[in-house]
Amino acid sequence: MAARKLKEVDAVIIGLGWTGGILAKELSEAGLKVVALERGKMTTTDADFQLQQVRDELRYVQRQEMMQDASRDTVTMRNTPKQDALPVRRLGSFLPGEAVGGSGLHWSGGTWRWSDNEFKVRSLYEQRYGAKFISSEMSDLRDWGITYAEMERYYDKFEYVAAVSGKAGNLKGKVQPGGNPFEGPRAREYPLPPLKSVLSSQLFAEAATKAGYHPFPRPAANASRAYTNPDGATFGGCQYCGFCQRFGCEANAKASPHITVVPAAMKSPNFELRTHSWVTQILKDPSAKRVTGVLYTNLLTGEELEQPASMVVLATFTMNNTHLMLLSGIGQPYDPATQTGVIGRNYCYETRTGANLFFEGRSFNRFISAGGTNWVIDDFNANWNFDRGPHGFVGGYIVSAGHNTNLPIGNRPVPGGTPAWGTAWKEALAKWSDSSMGITSSGGSMPHRYNYLDLDPTYKNAFNQPLLRMTFDFKENEHRMNAHAAQVVNELAKSLNATRMSSANGKPQSWTVVPYLSTHNGGGTPMGTDPKTSAVNPFLQSWDAHNLFVMGANVFPHNGAYQPTGLVGALAYRTADIIKSRYMKNPGPLVSA
Amino acid sequence: MDRDPEGRRAFLRGAVVSGAAAMTTTLPATAAAQPAAGKAAASAPAAPGYVFLSPEEGAFIEAVVDHMIPADSLTAKGTDLGLHTYIDRALASGWGKGERLYRQGPWKQGTGNQGYQLPMTPSELYRAAIPAANAACVKAYGKTFDKITPEQREAFLVGMQQGKVTLENGPPVRTFFGMLYQNVMEGMFADPIYGGNRDKAGWKLVNFPGVIATNQQNIDKFRDRKMPTNPLGIADIS
Repeated sequence: MAARKLKEVDAVIIGLGWTGGILAKELSEAGLKVVALERGKMTTTDADFQLQQVRDELRYVQRQEMMQDASRDTVTMRNTPKQDALPVRRLGSFLPGEAVGGSGLHWSGGTWRWSDNEFKVRSLYEQRYGAKFISSEMSDLRDWGITYAEMERYYDKFEYVAAVSGKAGNLKGKVQPGGNPFEGPRAREYPLPPLKSVLSSQLFAEAATKAGYHPFPRPAANASRAYTNPDGATFGGCQYCGFCQRFGCEANAKASPHITVVPAAMKSPNFELRTHSWVTQILKDPSAKRVTGVLYTNLLTGEELEQPASMVVLATFTMNNTHLMLLSGIGQPYDPATQTGVIGRNYCYETRTGANLFFEGRSFNRFISAGGTNWVIDDFNANWNFDRGPHGFVGGYIVSAGHNTNLPIGNRPVPGGTPAWGTAWKEALAKWSDSSMGITSSGGSMPHRYNYLDLDPTYKNAFNQPLLRMTFDFKENEHRMNAHAAQVVNELAKSLNATRMSSANGKPQSWTVVPYLSTHNGGGTPMGTDPKTSAVNPFLQSWDAHNLFVMGANVFPHNGAYQPTGLVGALAYRTADIIKSRYMKNPGPLVSA
Repeated sequence: MDRDPEGRRAFLRGAVVSGAAAMTTTLPATAAAQPAAGKAAASAPAAPGYVFLSPEEGAFIEAVVDHMIPADSLTAKGTDLGLHTYIDRALASGWGKGERLYRQGPWKQGTGNQGYQLPMTPSELYRAAIPAANAACVKAYGKTFDKITPEQREAFLVGMQQGKVTLENGPPVRTFFGMLYQNVMEGMFADPIYGGNRDKAGWKLVNFPGVIATNQQNIDKFRDRKMPTNPLGIADIS
């Protein structure tokens, strides 16, 4: 049966998390008739994050209540193209959200300003180290086509909407005490002062200072006190409840789309939200470089519908955006054999290692924390004076400590050699678990010819469409970065003279789907200035359809050390701006190919 | 708030304070009528009997949880904490029946990096593995797991953990053991509404404060010293 065709609207937005919410608000306020299609359900703090229910580790962490339902749609994975990809049957390594608010409900709020170290990565490294420094298998490492200076006002916009608490490290070019001295110049302070530190972040900061580094509180979208954002959304002050990552916030202290941009969009009579709406295809006009709308299924009735639209905004999670581009046949799929095609290209992830320290007799009260109680050093990332030459890697890593969301089922630290059960285990747990802290590095991940996404030849989703296939492993660049990070982490850890310590592992690691690593997946529809190697232009407009805008970290040509959301949000505001100021008046390519 | 930071009244006041700033924080309507924190801590034992486990499976699980969590000065034994009930309820729940698990074939063993690849739900895995584990026990010690000595139980569990025990005509032993161990830990530390962690014994062991966590003052007040806790669970404030 043919899909029932609905009346055309000005813009259809696929997915209503941070980026969909931003575009929904901005475009509907600009007078466009906007429909958002979200596969999950509605989210409100009242209905979904009431106090006693929300403090349930089993439900939200182990049972993944707010995450994408893998029984309906998942990815397949393998480490190399020679292996058979198999489905990720239960989510593990990364956790995309599924509901209004998306992954913006369960993030912990880390919000960063990515710098020109990322946006000009190829030119900077070639200039300093020569072209040979970048291996031929990393040939897709390139400049992004944007600059920090262009992004500044959009970072600012997102930070003020998202109640980011932090301390400026560089105001209008002047380095500020207490902040990150390596950040780009900002026009004004963060909207809110930093969150309080905890003992572990304090110890880390002392050790880092003594070692000559520059620690500062991690900027986070957790309101350090009550706040009203420029759109009128109100935040409560963070209670340091310790249930941040993987949880909704009952105090509305953690910025999430469902309390900010989504309710702001819903105030506009031009905006309509349809939940339980699963988009299976973006429809294109084969004769012109445009898309014409989307095909979706109403999950409450099973009915298939066509929503025609003059503009489509693709705003789901990183992998799902790439998946829908492939399923819709928009843009040429990437082929690693010939290194041609763009969709699925530049898929990158994150490089991590860490040490655990145990201090006999000390109490960290590790269950008290917020997303922003961590302290961080950026000396090996945004600091361009850090000479990567002798270490042979591109990119960098941040190092942090601070007990962000430790709960008793999933986090049971005991020193190495402790039995896994019995009285001796209980004794060790009682003695050591609250006397422990970790120091962790989070590093970037660079594009590699054989790390990519395409359609799986075997496995299907609930709509009988091929699953997305992920081919990924950590490569030489990541191994070198991790070896360096482990050394720095271990030196800092040793300087704290803990009673017991398990060191950070700096040996080459292979990527595995269990346990959790990070939901900072990037790439798949990379931005760039050359349509032969990028899927979207620097305004996130598809090269293959000028009325299709693709949001999300999937547009990152490589992954940096920072959490992605600050940049993802800023890029969404920038796209909204260019649509309003240029595209609406004169629809067509914003950049000539 | 400073005088009883971990108590119910502190929580109520904290919630009211943050509620004034937040858009939507609400109090449970019945909270005021609830007993005081200390009295609420003693919870009634879960209903006896199993929803999912057969008598053989029940005896196996009871022996496992009592061996892994023995009675000592720190906690009561596993069955007295309801860990067997927790596992039974978990296997009967949506999770046990394969909720959120991608279940389409074809099936392959895969590399270790590819995660869980068995064509079984958790409850099916337990159902297949327990008789096979008992058969391995009988072969090694002449008796099923629930009848062997504590030393034999220890050796057998370590053997399963290390993959040295083979489950003949059964699933991969380390996959089963990994799930079993994870479920024991869940029963020990999940909210008592799920049937385990009776009297919040697991939470008390690690000084976890439970669902009440308005720590804006506590974060400074208890810096570098242990915060006293009297944990409350979901049922205590529902």
